[in-house]
Amino acid sequence: MWWRSGHGAAGGGTPVRGPATTLALVVALLMGAALSAGCATDPPEPSPVPARERVDGAGRPITLTVGVFGEFGYQEAGLYDAYMRLRPDVEIRQTSLTRNDVYYPQLLTHLTAGSGLADVQAVEGGNIAEVVDTQAGRLDDLRSAPGVDENAFLPWKWAQATTPDGRTLGLGTDIGPLALCYRKDHFAAAGLPTDREAVGRLWAGDWRKYEEAGRRFAERAPRGVAFTDSASGVFAAAVSGAPVRYYDAHGDLVVATNPYVRAAWDLAAGFARQGLTARLQQFTPDWDQAFARGSFATIACPAWMLGYIQDKAGPAARGRWDVTVSPRPGNWGGSFLVVPSAGRQRAEAARLAAWLTAPEQQARLFARRGAFPSASAAYRLPEVTDARHPYFGDAPTGPLFAAAARGVPPAPVGPKDGLVHQILSDTGMLQVDQTGRSPDSAWRAAMKAIDNALDR
Amino acid sequence: MTETRDPVDPFLPPAGAPVAPPVTAPSRTGPGPRRVRRERLGRLRSRSAPYALIAPFFLLFGAFGLFPLVATAWTSLFRVELTAPEAREWVGFHNYARLLHDEFFWNALFNTAAIGVLATVPQLLLALGVAHLLDVRLRARLAFRVVALAPYATSVAAATLVFALLFGRDQGMVNWALGLAGIAPVDWQNGPWASKVAVASIVIWRWTGYNALIYLAAMQTVPRELYEAAALDGASRWRQFLHVTLPGLRPALLFTVLVSTIGATQLFGEPMLFGSGAGASGGADHQYQTLGLYLYEQGWVNLHLGRAAAIAWAMLLILAVVFGAARLLRPVLRGRGV
Repeated sequence: MWWRSGHGAAGGGTPVRGPATTLALVVALLMGAALSAGCATDPPEPSPVPARERVDGAGRPITLTVGVFGEFGYQEAGLYDAYMRLRPDVEIRQTSLTRNDVYYPQLLTHLTAGSGLADVQAVEGGNIAEVVDTQAGRLDDLRSAPGVDENAFLPWKWAQATTPDGRTLGLGTDIGPLALCYRKDHFAAAGLPTDREAVGRLWAGDWRKYEEAGRRFAERAPRGVAFTDSASGVFAAAVSGAPVRYYDAHGDLVVATNPYVRAAWDLAAGFARQGLTARLQQFTPDWDQAFARGSFATIACPAWMLGYIQDKAGPAARGRWDVTVSPRPGNWGGSFLVVPSAGRQRAEAARLAAWLTAPEQQARLFARRGAFPSASAAYRLPEVTDARHPYFGDAPTGPLFAAAARGVPPAPVGPKDGLVHQILSDTGMLQVDQTGRSPDSAWRAAMKAIDNALDR
Repeated sequence: MTETRDPVDPFLPPAGAPVAPPVTAPSRTGPGPRRVRRERLGRLRSRSAPYALIAPFFLLFGAFGLFPLVATAWTSLFRVELTAPEAREWVGFHNYARLLHDEFFWNALFNTAAIGVLATVPQLLLALGVAHLLDVRLRARLAFRVVALAPYATSVAAATLVFALLFGRDQGMVNWALGLAGIAPVDWQNGPWASKVAVASIVIWRWTGYNALIYLAAMQTVPRELYEAAALDGASRWRQFLHVTLPGLRPALLFTVLVSTIGATQLFGEPMLFGSGAGASGGADHQYQTLGLYLYEQGWVNLHLGRAAAIAWAMLLILAVVFGAARLLRPVLRGRGV
């Protein structure tokens, strides 16, 4: 979903991916395992119904397919099973492709051909604007589907999947509110505070304060430990909180002239130039190994990244990581569910999509898998309010991410948001970080690549 | 048997009358109508049978070979996006014309050629050496042949992922080995040439054994008397190799050069997977983006099907030009006795 499925193992390069994308499957698994161990409170479930009773009124079973990429976690969190217990006449099957860069072009092909589609399909946040823009005629309006409550969702999330004429084509699944993960042991060694409140105060409200903390850290840093993992990570985090990113409210591409983007770029380039990064590329094997070796002290972490960190850093680093507020709130990643109009069971599909994205189910997915709800109504549910993450020193992740989610400024998204971000990170900032290319020259290279990719 | 039916046959009832089956002396009587029909059918069958037998190939070739080729050519004349393939806009040869000014295309073409040379030349030379070693009497020859072919049987993905780990900047084994030799670590991902060498090394590793076996097969057809004669004339091992083995290998050499060149032009899997995070862009600065990768990026990342189709046809044209040039050069090479 929000994560870049497949990471290094499959080669990354998610051609089309959101601001955050690639994470391995395992990640989600551990993420959920960790969270559910500490905080899951399962909703009461109806008693199981034997499979033979899964038939409709005429005696035929209704089979619904759900097409997802990466590891959406619905199956693992038991949501399909719960739905099939509620609706004994429904049988749910999931098809999954590991990587969104493979999944998304295939989804487009299937949509334009009107065949090969699942009844419910997932769409990554970086692609949602393009889907709404170009596939509106091939998707059902879910605004008034039974069980859908617009007010349960974050308004900006709802708006991202709504056409100008008011059709809502996608229901939000999760979002990626931003926090900052840090290593207590490295902070202590560098003479910085380790308490999560005090650390948060170091940089509260300003990314430049985070940079300052980085310089302080660098003065007394343990050997071989950088302040943060990558300049691209800093860039993604900083730009994720801007009120305008790559497109303006009219849908025009403004990446080249938007001062918010340039500010985030300069900030991130500054990290690279001052040697505050471990010069890594996110979601590559080198990055994974750096977690295990503890090669950096902080990382901007959306909700979904906690499980990844736990997975890669492993049991050896248990008790060393903690999580606190990000300098500025931001959203990095998130997905949607859509119902193709070519489906044969559209009403049933819409009902399922509505149920899967309802606050109760989103809260349960957070408790079990770490996917943070896009339905703000879920933030009041105990699965969120009481959530603590044992791997991160029992940090109150529920309230932390809920506060971050409420602070996210609604920013317009454009059709090529994911692609533009990928080029800025992997073509532009990566060169500043890894090859020492000057920020201006790398910026020009990125702009050229964007123009070519967008056929301008 | 007669080719045509006798128009008047007194032993047969007139046309239209109920026909009794010819029970006696079929050799004396002419062929009956039913028999004629059967024969005609038989002739038809024997004439059409070959067509029917080869039809599956042509049907499959038409569906999966010719049609895509023509459809790609047709698509390359339009501005068409994967998001709406039915909404196409005629642009003529614009997609081709723009390739001339497309620095990403030229970069990819250069990378393809560079990696092609870096991969093919050492690979074929190594294969010659390996084949020569296998050709001389060696213990456990079968085992060596299996070993030589094993990389070929390995999937591109698996091999490339392992190589990507070996070539890691911070934790890679290659840099560790270089470090032992006192050489500073190399950034195999970002170095414009280092990355090409790394990608080429994957190709070399995978295909050397395959080519070696082809050379080996060709070497074993060279008559041994020639070596004896050469030895009697006092030719050294090296001169024997140069003047007996190599000329005998000419067809095999041509074949492997041809196949390797085609393979190099289409290089895709290795550079795609080598950049674990960069994917179809072929590195942060497109330093190892090949034509195949650029085609994929245009079609399935940027979703411009028309431009991708034009690149595909450009690749075909480039191959045609290369082989045309090779044909023209052949008499020259032959004249020099190569």
